[in-house]
Amino acid sequence: MQLRKSAMSGTLESSDAMVTLEPGGEGIRVEITSIVKAQYGRQIEACVRETLERLGVDNVKAIVVDKGALECTLKARVESAAFRAAEIDSGFPWGGAIK
Amino acid sequence: MENAVNRDIPDELLVEGREVYQGPNHRQGYRYKKASPKSFIQTERQEGKVVSSLREVLELIGFHDGMTVSFHHHFRDGDYVVNLVMKEIVDMGFKDITIAATSLGSANDPVADYIEQGIVTGIQTSGIRGKIGEMVSHGKLKTTAILRSHGGRVRAIEEGEVHIDVAFIGAPTSDCLGNARGKGGKSDCGVLGYHEVDARYADYVVVITDCLVDFPNFPPSIEASYVDYVVVMDEIGDPKKIATAAARFSTDPRDLLMAEYCAKVIEATPYFKDGFSFQTGAGGPSLAANRFLEPILRKHGITIGWIIGGITAPAVDLLNKGLVKTIIDTQDFDITAVESVGTHPRHFVMSTSQYASPSNKSAFVNMLDYVILAALEVDVDFNVNVVTGSDGVLRGAPGGHPDTAAGAKCSIIVTPLVRGRMATICESVVTVTTPGQDVDVVVTDYGIAVNPRRPELLEALKKTKLPLRTIEELQQEAYSIVGTPDPLPFKDRVVAIVEARDGTILDVVHEIDPIE
Repeated sequence: MQLRKSAMSGTLESSDAMVTLEPGGEGIRVEITSIVKAQYGRQIEACVRETLERLGVDNVKAIVVDKGALECTLKARVESAAFRAAEIDSGFPWGGAIK
Repeated sequence: MENAVNRDIPDELLVEGREVYQGPNHRQGYRYKKASPKSFIQTERQEGKVVSSLREVLELIGFHDGMTVSFHHHFRDGDYVVNLVMKEIVDMGFKDITIAATSLGSANDPVADYIEQGIVTGIQTSGIRGKIGEMVSHGKLKTTAILRSHGGRVRAIEEGEVHIDVAFIGAPTSDCLGNARGKGGKSDCGVLGYHEVDARYADYVVVITDCLVDFPNFPPSIEASYVDYVVVMDEIGDPKKIATAAARFSTDPRDLLMAEYCAKVIEATPYFKDGFSFQTGAGGPSLAANRFLEPILRKHGITIGWIIGGITAPAVDLLNKGLVKTIIDTQDFDITAVESVGTHPRHFVMSTSQYASPSNKSAFVNMLDYVILAALEVDVDFNVNVVTGSDGVLRGAPGGHPDTAAGAKCSIIVTPLVRGRMATICESVVTVTTPGQDVDVVVTDYGIAVNPRRPELLEALKKTKLPLRTIEELQQEAYSIVGTPDPLPFKDRVVAIVEARDGTILDVVHEIDPIE
């Protein structure tokens, strides 16, 4: 997936996450701010990376502000941010691009 | 050395007679000589003890470096007293101060700066929240903080484990000799029971009020016979934050479900009979349990004998409806409770000693049938943590939790299975504040677990339609939703001791490594 612009998905509500994708640079860089970083920071990063890799996004900075989102929420936010950044606005894989 | 809740207590803490926790009744029957304060002979006639300022009081006392001062938390988030007194102590250049408070919260955030500056070097409290908790968790306090339950704090004072040099007692009303009450002024908190022990055991007792009333201010919560000085200030607290409007019943379906489970657990267990005793916390689901209790009481024609603890509007409501005979009050959380105490003929006050102390000859908690309590975490051994957050930082209050859980015939912990991405039911709590042996039933939105140490409760609940699970099943369900948490990045240094109510060491809190 080719990202064309910066895009964002999510909110700062409890149990949600706000994911911003900024295309460019070298490889996937993940920046995490999380209320559960000590216990889940490693898993949040792995989830974001895996989702981006499976979408075929390679050069991107992902900024995650996490308010205790479950993994399914986080994946959905990363996916929708990626589709927005790629300017894809139809034919969504409802139910999740990543199974 | 490992203690009875499998926590490793560093040997260097086991000095001066300190022991590790060895079970709830390890010290049962131990006889001790009570500590005693310094006092003086007063033969002359008195015209009053009112002193013009805090500074003058500190000068009259001969305040010096290294003293231990105490405060109560009846004003909760509206408290000004701690900050007013500590500012004066700091402005006068004193240092090495220990604060022995009944609880410390975000209203006392300025104290965090005094910790960082090395002026406040000791903290002993039954609650630690806000910036003070962060400061201690990040290793900025020079000595090891000591966290005690409400009853444990009284015990520590009575056994002489902590000696209070000066107790500063914020009082909504006082007369010129220091008879102090929680009512009748502009900052009413209802009761002053938390500080009664301080009045009796501190060398100096200073009443701070913003409403001086005619002598005698009766019936007093703090008697003038203990009081050295009275200081009148403009404002000792923010009335809006001292006693809030009664909290509305939660409309959160999860809270309501858990509250209904709690009431049904009570209905189905053997101590539910006329005259039973009851205490509940002030959290959403605990409060809501009152609403589900009422129809059950009416259905069976049962009246609650007495309610104790922190009092809120729902308890007062049950009293006014004749569904509870007596309330004996330790703290008032809302205006309804403040108004009722001392007004309703069966709504009384008591000291924290009477309420929960293991070092007197009878405490109310030992007569409790049911208590409903909240938790930050519960583990598969039923140990409860109410003091450290999921990030390992101090942000809670043992309060009366360990005392009531130990005393009650049936202690019920009510907590959602997960909060955001935090598993409330976990493999091992960060910090043990109430030993699993004292916890009988855990109510969650995903089901109810009964402690295997209480087979008779399990048998009783099996006759109901309540969703019973094992604690391990609940823990696994929680982890299947949020994932298995990584261990917290603690350092070796111990920043706080969690004392069991009998004074043994239940657990320690380590310094947390800040994550970036």
